[in-house]
Amino acid sequence: MTSDAELGLRDRLAKLSGVKLLRGTQLSSELERLQRQLERLKDDTSDEEIWKRVELARHQERPYTLDYVERILDDFFELHGDRGRMDEHAIVAGIGKLEGRTVALLGHQKGRDLKERTRRNFGMAYPEGYRKAIRVMELAERHRFPLITLVDTPGAFPGIAAEQHGQGGAIARSQAVMVRLSVPTVSVVIGEGGSGGAIAIAVADRVLMQENAIYSVISPEGCAAILWRDASQAKKAASAFRLDAAHCLDLGVIEGIVPEPAGGAQTDPDAAATLLQESVVSHLHELDGVAPDDLRRTRRAKFRAMGVFA
Amino acid sequence: MSATDKIDVSIEHKRATLDDGKAKKHPNTCPGCGSHYRDDELQEHLRVCPHCGHHFPVRGPERIRQLSDPSSFVEDEGSLRSGDPLEFFDLKPYTERLAEAEVATGLGDAMITGTARIELLPCRLAVMDFSFMGGSMGSVVGEKFARACDHAASDGLPLVSVSSSGGARMQEGILALMQLPKTICALEDLHEAGGVMISVIAHPTTGGLLASFASLGDVLVAEPGALMSFAGPRVVAQTTREKLPEDFGLAESNLRFGHIDRIVPRGELRPVLAQLLRLFGSKP
Repeated sequence: MTSDAELGLRDRLAKLSGVKLLRGTQLSSELERLQRQLERLKDDTSDEEIWKRVELARHQERPYTLDYVERILDDFFELHGDRGRMDEHAIVAGIGKLEGRTVALLGHQKGRDLKERTRRNFGMAYPEGYRKAIRVMELAERHRFPLITLVDTPGAFPGIAAEQHGQGGAIARSQAVMVRLSVPTVSVVIGEGGSGGAIAIAVADRVLMQENAIYSVISPEGCAAILWRDASQAKKAASAFRLDAAHCLDLGVIEGIVPEPAGGAQTDPDAAATLLQESVVSHLHELDGVAPDDLRRTRRAKFRAMGVFA
Repeated sequence: MSATDKIDVSIEHKRATLDDGKAKKHPNTCPGCGSHYRDDELQEHLRVCPHCGHHFPVRGPERIRQLSDPSSFVEDEGSLRSGDPLEFFDLKPYTERLAEAEVATGLGDAMITGTARIELLPCRLAVMDFSFMGGSMGSVVGEKFARACDHAASDGLPLVSVSSSGGARMQEGILALMQLPKTICALEDLHEAGGVMISVIAHPTTGGLLASFASLGDVLVAEPGALMSFAGPRVVAQTTREKLPEDFGLAESNLRFGHIDRIVPRGELRPVLAQLLRLFGSKP
């Protein structure tokens, strides 16, 4: 192993064990799990390995937002509609109890069978979905509920009506509202973090990725079609993008990686939900003591610092 | 006319003749009516076809000359250059693409920022140039816009942005996507400081630009015929397999659906911006 790679690994280990320590006494097997994860991170740099993550992130059996909601929230009450035009089904939202306190949660929702997939529009939201998100963010702010968002979308829907209803502006405004919030916010990419449709609900104090989630500016297929002029080069594009969790952590785009059960979240959704819950709770706990103005200022400073230039 | 304008035109022309299967028209040939102009003729008419009113693309430096009082513009942050965080390599390395773009355009990146006066009213300008890698937004565009917001807030000056961009710069990967929230954070700070941002949409403004600061101006005006859509017409047509409306994504359609305040022909842009600056309290 080169010294550079070792440094990167140690850095990740430090960050990951930070997450672990915050969880306090929970799960004695946690360290072992993290070590195993690190072993995998160390090995997984080939095009093939990164592509495996893309496939896992898109796996048909992967838990979606509502699968996690029913496992980590009590008393969930789903909120429907953007109060303007419609209820969009590719984004779900609601309030519920997380370890005893009320939180607002919203996230992209994909469907599992053909009918449900169509109804959820494959997790690709129309502007009305982002307007629903905005109204729930504002509700959270009004009542000082922490906000949790789960990101899982190939991207915002590219359609005629979506454009006519202001897709770009809706995504911009959703981010602007998240930038203004003074309640703690945690976003987790639980599958596909696809471009503008993802960042619209991911401007959070803490942004996390599940171990096999991906986060990118454009889909690997879209990138390959444009830059290589050949959509079959998607594997090459995926690794060029470094869209996996470990690389996003190295680039400073996310604050932590949420471990998954061996083989991916779909092998054991209950265990995946427990791990997700622990990470979210520990990050919320950390943010609890921070003054509202400081939350906002720190969040802005974090995003302002992103980019590489000279 | 500067030397770089000439270079740009010749490159376009060369490509058109090489690509004989689907030969492109000369950039100075009007796609609206087929009239052909010398470059100085077009420049004299603000690059608007005197015959049919088609708005040709305008490079960043020329846009600044069109909008601001003579020699009032002072550029800042001109030395910012992009890094290559992903060591990105598609058909050629990103660093090579950056170098080529700089040679071809004479610009450091796809946005020019600085102070200027419009009809004697002082303001900050952030003007994009589509000829630098399709006006794509990477770290440098994000940083320049963010700093423009900071300067506008600290100087108490209004900020005028002119967008023309294909969206986020793919070669910077996820960090390009992060320029969306970055510019929005800066704009929120400006708004909280009481500052104003006027957003001018020029052809084309798509993807990440429309999903970030370009949509969040206090007032949005667009040039006639400017494409402003989150997803481009080709992507939408492929995804939906529907026939697109004739004015799909154009400024005219966006006005009808309530996404912009007004369509302003290029010749009126300067007086309209001055009017807005006065309304928001600017004084000479």
